[in-house]
Amino acid sequence: MADTTAQSPIKEVKKKEPLFGKNERKLVTDPLNDNNPITVQVLGICSALAVTTLVFPSIIMTIAVIFVLAFSNLLTSLLRKSIPSQVRMIVQLVIIATLVTMVELTLKAFNFDVYKKLSVFIGLIITNCIVMGRLEAFAMANKPWRSFLDGIGNALGYGAILIAVAFFREVFGKGTLLAGTPLEMMIIGPSADYWINTATSNMFGWYMNNNLFVFPPAAMFIIGIMIWAQRAWNKKLIDIS
Amino acid sequence: MFIVGLTATSALILALLFTGFKPMHERNEALFNKRAILAAVDTKLDKKVKSMSDTEVEEIFASDIQQIALNMDGLEVSSEEIIAKGYKGGQAEHIDMKKEKKKPEEDRILPLFIYNNNGEKIYIVSVRGNGLWDEIWGNIALEDNFDKIVGATFDHQAETPGLGAEIKDNPKFGEMFIGKEIYDEQTYVGVNVRKGGAKSELHDVDGISGATITCNGVTEMIQRGIQYYEPYFEAAKNN
Repeated sequence: MADTTAQSPIKEVKKKEPLFGKNERKLVTDPLNDNNPITVQVLGICSALAVTTLVFPSIIMTIAVIFVLAFSNLLTSLLRKSIPSQVRMIVQLVIIATLVTMVELTLKAFNFDVYKKLSVFIGLIITNCIVMGRLEAFAMANKPWRSFLDGIGNALGYGAILIAVAFFREVFGKGTLLAGTPLEMMIIGPSADYWINTATSNMFGWYMNNNLFVFPPAAMFIIGIMIWAQRAWNKKLIDIS
Repeated sequence: MFIVGLTATSALILALLFTGFKPMHERNEALFNKRAILAAVDTKLDKKVKSMSDTEVEEIFASDIQQIALNMDGLEVSSEEIIAKGYKGGQAEHIDMKKEKKKPEEDRILPLFIYNNNGEKIYIVSVRGNGLWDEIWGNIALEDNFDKIVGATFDHQAETPGLGAEIKDNPKFGEMFIGKEIYDEQTYVGVNVRKGGAKSELHDVDGISGATITCNGVTEMIQRGIQYYEPYFEAAKNN
């Protein structure tokens, strides 16, 4: 008797997980670096190559993935005990597809230009390996709040790489930054609209926008360099892969 | 049971969202289409279409653009007939060129937009053809002698980014068409997008390296597309 009464308060304490404890913070920060979905897990490469020509669509894509991943993780985790295990993949797909279609319809109503630019890639979030991977590996075995945080963390890790790649591709490929928004900056190019006008400047007269950066292979190079740089700086990663 | 419940819930949510957003989707698509048409006369407008707000586009379209639909004999088609063809709005702007392209040639109807630039009339025609991977289309603005091009914009379904997609992405491509003439003396020649660079000052523009098939598609699309409007042009010239 004494044993059981002594054990139960300890259990109670264990169950009370803090909202933003060390473990919870780790769920969000880990995918940003040590367990980044793109540079370490090498998932979600397809859309990372395709949508990163401009920064603004990449930001929208990031927001869409954060929404989809966080809420599909949350929903799957809430339902995880009632999902029949034979059809769990299909259930996960239904959840993801519903959320993605919601995003697509909303985007089409409120920002038609970006909807046109991202075109098929919003729909392809459904098959994005990051989403499926997190649902199967994390949400099916963890509590809703932790799953929700894990979703946000992974989507942020994906989005950070996306926006970084898009930054290089837009600046060197088109000479602009944040094109398509009111904040558009014209950085370098051959007319007076740009900050650095290559048509008149003596110092930058040789400069031309590099068309390679507009193509998907450039994203491959940039991601490759990022993976190398990250591993050179974060020695922990070298043994993993 | 679980699956049925889940599917029903998600279907309900999506159906509600879809119906809720439908008017906005339709408005966005109509605006996109209007912007594309106005972009063909970009050089004649006070302000670039790209920097116009949605209401400005609506206003110009309502006040300065006269829209008519033509049949293949160059005769005007009434609004009831457009509705009978399956376009609920009953205006030329509602005509879906994609559907028209699938019909046999003699059954098609064509939209024609007449932009009134302080008394000078500019005729904007819509053309549609095939690129390398999928369809390409464009709007071409002609002066009122139906000869000289004053502006052209192109769009595409699935051309290769950086190559065929340059017809849309690179504003210089459309600009090259300005000042070109579609008639050589009296014979109709259209405009050639020529591989290796323009040979004739008046009827050729430079092709895009690496996008020969898309460029040939543009040539063919302009050649055939504008010719559909010829009966109307002939009649208008003789008046």
